[in-house]
This record gives sequence, C-alpha cells and structure tokens, in this order.
Amino acid sequence: MVEIVVLAKATVDVQAVKIDADTNEPILKGVPMKVSDFDRNAMEEALKIKAKLGGKVRLITAGPPEAKDQMRQLIAMGAEEAYLVTDPGYSTMDYAAVCRLLAEAVKKLGKTDLVLAGEASIDQYSGQMGPRVAGALGIPSISYARKLTPEKDAIAVEREMGELVEEYRVPYPVLITVNKEMNEPRLPNMMQIIGASKKPITEWKAEALGIPAAELAPRVKLVGLKGMVMKRKNILFTDEPPAAAQKLVEALRREGVLGGGQQ
Amino acid sequence: MTILVFSEQDPTVHELLAKAREMAPVLGGKVIAVAYPRSPHPENFYKRGADRVILPVSPNLSTNVPLVESYAEVLFRMCKQLDPSVILIGSTKWGKEVAARLAGMLGCGCAVDCLSAALDAGKNLCVERLVLGGNATSTEQFNTFPAVVTVPPKVIPCLPEAASPGGEVEKMPFEIPAAKVVSLKVTKREVAGVKLDSAQVVVSMGRGIKAKEDIQIVLALAKALNGELGCTRPIAADLKWLPKEHWVGLSGTKVKPRVYVAVGISGQIQHIAGMRDSALIVAINKDKDAPIFKAADYGIIGDLYKVVPEVMNQLKTCK
Repeated sequence: MVEIVVLAKATVDVQAVKIDADTNEPILKGVPMKVSDFDRNAMEEALKIKAKLGGKVRLITAGPPEAKDQMRQLIAMGAEEAYLVTDPGYSTMDYAAVCRLLAEAVKKLGKTDLVLAGEASIDQYSGQMGPRVAGALGIPSISYARKLTPEKDAIAVEREMGELVEEYRVPYPVLITVNKEMNEPRLPNMMQIIGASKKPITEWKAEALGIPAAELAPRVKLVGLKGMVMKRKNILFTDEPPAAAQKLVEALRREGVLGGGQQ
Repeated sequence: MTILVFSEQDPTVHELLAKAREMAPVLGGKVIAVAYPRSPHPENFYKRGADRVILPVSPNLSTNVPLVESYAEVLFRMCKQLDPSVILIGSTKWGKEVAARLAGMLGCGCAVDCLSAALDAGKNLCVERLVLGGNATSTEQFNTFPAVVTVPPKVIPCLPEAASPGGEVEKMPFEIPAAKVVSLKVTKREVAGVKLDSAQVVVSMGRGIKAKEDIQIVLALAKALNGELGCTRPIAADLKWLPKEHWVGLSGTKVKPRVYVAVGISGQIQHIAGMRDSALIVAINKDKDAPIFKAADYGIIGDLYKVVPEVMNQLKTCK
C-alpha cells in the first residue's frame, strides 16, 4: 500500500497565448485553461504505482474555483479523491504562498508516502513548487525523475542531469517531480469522463488549513508582463517546389549567408 | 545586509560575485561566497569580489554525488547564522533544485532563471524571467528579504581578476543529519558530438519528417550548408530518433546561428523560444498556417520531401 498525493496545476494553454500588437502584452483573458503537461505524467505514474502496490491516489490543486474543470480530467484518469485549495487572494499569491497552501493541504490529508508532481509548469517553467513543498514539509525530494521503481517502503528514482544519469533510492515519505519522458498519460474513456463530472471536489480555504492570512502575503509580486515581438521579413514562396527553391536560394545568396557554405 | 553566493561551478560563482558586488553598495553589506567542496579554486573567489569565502564542512555533506537535501540544509543553517538579504545561486538543474528547497525551508521568496536582477535606490529587488513558454518576459519584485535568486551561467559578465593576494578559505563545520536520499549509481551518458550553441548554420527537423530513415534528407541539407542538425522536442524526446543534444527549444538547446532552417516544423512556441535569436530564419512547411512562418524571414509553403531536394539542386547549381 502506498498512499499517493498528486499535486497538479491548471494553467493557461501557453500555445494559445497571443501578444497584443498595441500594448505588447500577452493577452491572457479568454485563453483556454489546461492541466499543466507534466502533471498528467505525474498522475499516470501515480496510477501505475497504485496498480502495482495498492493504495490511494489523491489529487490536490491550488487555484481559482474554475480549476475544477481541469481537475476533472485528472479525476477521469483515476484519482479517487480531489481537493481544491483556493482562496480569494489566489491571483496575487506567489510561490511561497501557494507552496504553503499545498504543504498544509498535504499535511491535512494525514499519512502520505509519496507526493508526485510535474517537474515544472508550462506557464512559469520554474520547477520551484516540488522542492519548495518538500522543504516546507521537511521531507526529501528528487526532481526531474524519468523512471520510478516503487517498492513497499522505498522508491528507486532515475534521472538525467546533463551528461549524467543518476540513480537514487529513498524511503517514504518523499516528493518526486517527473518529466514527460516517464510515461504516456492515459486518455480517459467517455464513462470515466462522465463519472468524473459527478465526483465531489472538496474545497479548502487558507483558513481551513489553519494558515493566518498575513503569512500568505506575497514575497514576490508581478510587476509586468512583456510579450516577445518577432520582427521578421515573412517572405513566403508559394510556387511549385523547383521555382520556390530557386527563389529561396537566390534570397539566401543575397543575404550573404551562403558564402563558405559550399564544399 | 549580507549577500550570499553559491554555485557548484566556479565560473558561475565568478559571475554571481560580479552581480553581488554591484548590489553590495546599495545594501551596505558584505559579499560571502559559499564554496562548494569540490570547487577547484575557492581562494580565487576573493579575487572576483568576495569579502569572505566559507567552505561548509560536515561528514554528512556528500561530495561524490551532491545531495540536494544536504546542501539545502547547510545553506539553510548558514542563512540562520549569517542572515543574508539576497542569496544568489547558479541556475543549473541542480542549483535550482537546491534554491527552491532552501526557499521552502526559509519560507521566503524565490525567482529562478533570472535574466536580470537589480536593486533600485530604495533597495527593491527586481528580476526578469521568461514565462509563458518563452513567449513573454515577466518583471517581478521582491517585497521582503531574504530573497533567493537563481541566475543561469553566462548571463552576467564576471569582473576581471583583481590583483589582490586573496585570502584564506574559512572552514565552517555543520552537524547536519544524514540525508534520507541514497545515491545508488551514476553513469555517464553517451553524448552525441553536436555543437548547436556555437553553430553558424542549424538545419532542424520536426514532425513533418515521416520516418526515421528520412532524417537523411534533412541531414544532407545540413551538410550542404555546412550546418549542424537540430530537431524539435517530439523527434528527440518522444520518438527518440535523434539524441537529445540535437533538441532545439526552451528546454533543449538555445541556438543563435547566422541561418536557422526549420524543415517540417510547425513552430510550437517552446521551439521558437529556442531559435528566435537566429540572425536569419528559413522555414519549409506544407501547412501555410503553421506558426513557424510568422517567425521566419523566408518560407516555402510546400511538401518538404519535394522542396528539400530542389533546394539541394539549387545549392549545387549556385556553386
């Protein structure tokens, strides 16, 4: 039996974010939300471990109430219980506050052997959350795992760090963040999706977790977001391949980038 | 108000020390470099701007395989003792893991992969980092100290080596518990001999390539242009048709060649973030709506299997 908690985040679909040409700011309003990619791998791995050793898979998300829609996708994959840690002040919370909420939520669930999460979220790509929550909980953590071999009392972890492949063994409780290489997340079927829509999601506010509001004051605040602007020539050749290729190579020669390129 | 600097790589310590020296007059405090036990020349940190160099010593501080748990614990105890305002850490994969854990233990603010970090006269610390898949830069300000900031290698120019004779590396003993994580094995991975980050020409392929053997088509073009072969995430990480050293993108290698040729690449923003600093970008894709064309100077809308051989022909005739 391994008691598992998966920490997952609902984020904007970064692929769908456009930049406002006038203000040069990314337009975040109306952008579809999604489960952060690696968090699906974390859920998949949790379900595999449960299938092997037994136990329960619980899901915790910190976010606004709308995050429930994304949580349902992970419930449909197989999470048995789901908890949304939410707070009116969520939108201005920083990593310190969100990780505090997550750590207290994990504690509130009682005995947990394994906490799994994605190695980073697609919107922030910090990789902070996992090690931070582990640090706050005072349990060991290993980030960037690509392979897990769970046993009854401990888990073996393999990860890649540049040119090195590192293998570790760590007794429970431990927090592990996973990358995309680890597995192929399952796609729930229609029955599972319908079933997930009926599952209750328990909401916890900061107060219910016993955290005084003052302790959630952001240590870091967002001052501004500036979009990356691409200034390119955007010259397209739509002719048949031979003519298009000729025009392209001519253009490259004019740009002076073919010099020395030929052997 | 002390500034602490730490990285497992000496050149990165030198860079962070330059940043710390810039901040020190504003904060009015000392710059302390925390030496990594395997650092070859911690005494040189004095010549690069450190006021003190401290080497943490503990029987439980592994050096063979540095355990994040132990190093975060030592830094945590140092913070309790030295009460730094700013903690600068090198943004390697390992450094970021240590930094985030340390911030979790301290309950303080932390920003990773900062491309800039600056203090204004009011001692407000502002950082900039890439977010939204590399699509935007966010500016973030710390409201409180201590602040943990990680900066990637080669972002800050280091100070010239000072002629000062340097000083003694102080040893500071710590009684930390043994880590719960146990290292079992470390193996060296076979690394392909690709030099993407310094290449003048990079020709990359994406999912427009239908079969592994068709890599040859793109490789031939790369050779004809005297370039290196690159690829997108799916080719390296999912299909594993090419070693990861070929992967261009936000989480792969970032490239800035004179010419970047994207063959059969749709242009996911994580990929664009890895190549948009190229001087000239060329795209070949059959989908006229592919986002890659917005990132390109020149593009051919067409089937790469027909277009690439024609381009090769043209390159031969223009010799």
